[in-house]
Amino acid sequence: MTKKAKKGRITVDREFCKGCYLCISVCPTGSIGISGTLNQKGYYPVEFLDGKNQGEESRCTGCTTCAIVCPDVAIEVYRE
Amino acid sequence: MEKKVFERPRYLKKASTHYCPGCGHSILHRLVAEVIEELGIGERTIGVPPAGCAVLAYDYIDVDMGEAPHGRGAALATGIKRVLPDRIVFSYQGDGDIAAIGTAETIHAANRGERITVIFVNNGCYGMTGGQMAPTTVTGQLSTTTPGGRVPLRDGYPVDLSEMLAVAKGTVYIERTSVTSPKNILRTKRAITKAFRTQIDGLGFSLVEVLSPCPTNWKLSPVEAARWAEETMTKTYPLKVIKDLTGTPGQDGN
Repeated sequence: MTKKAKKGRITVDREFCKGCYLCISVCPTGSIGISGTLNQKGYYPVEFLDGKNQGEESRCTGCTTCAIVCPDVAIEVYRE
Repeated sequence: MEKKVFERPRYLKKASTHYCPGCGHSILHRLVAEVIEELGIGERTIGVPPAGCAVLAYDYIDVDMGEAPHGRGAALATGIKRVLPDRIVFSYQGDGDIAAIGTAETIHAANRGERITVIFVNNGCYGMTGGQMAPTTVTGQLSTTTPGGRVPLRDGYPVDLSEMLAVAKGTVYIERTSVTSPKNILRTKRAITKAFRTQIDGLGFSLVEVLSPCPTNWKLSPVEAARWAEETMTKTYPLKVIKDLTGTPGQDGN
């Protein structure tokens, strides 16, 4: 059995996200997408895709790049 | 076992900022809060926010703050530092604040070698009042008062305040960075750490100029604004260590 890649996970605070999508532009694994529902401020926040668009398990490695560029500190990153 | 590898720094209040989506100010607030936490100086730091978009910085960064009149950040910080020399005093100023109305105070504070740290946020326009031309607006840049782009023969040339201050004998550490990409954000954090260290060691005046996107007034999307700052602004304001007399290794180990 091959060694499992390092796995990560992010959580997005929907009410803090202002929909600038800088995180989507820098995510190396395409693990972040745009949510289909508005938050209270009227922005479409981002959401963690968790493999939804890839038909497989999440490819997120927990590299924290998205959290580094997030102006609103809406992202927390967890890594195994 | 899963562990948290990125969370809100301790000295950044859990509040949603009033900044526009993609604004560089909020990234920089986080970096300042992270550096204060890492250096363990939170209980003895005093900040001086400017007039401008960052006027409410005291609502977000959880350290003592004293609001300065427009442009007078360096003068107020001088006063605080001279009365309370054991405190770490930083002023946080925008380009309209520091390079237009506050030029005199800034140049004299730098020349006296005041032991303060200045964080200079350069977005090339007056952001809060609606995007008018600032002294730092780059040649050809559109603004509400230069709708056809800045023309040097009519509007003057962009002011490079950091290079001007590097000439002053009292300045010890001046670096220009940006918050337009993950790499540059991490460089900015190291530069701020070094600027605070310069002050902790009592060496003299330190300043970090940060090129920051203003998507709203540049009329670009946040992603395009970051790219524009990286491609166009850096031609006028190249990212580099402008002056370093601290005697400690710099960003690239030299």
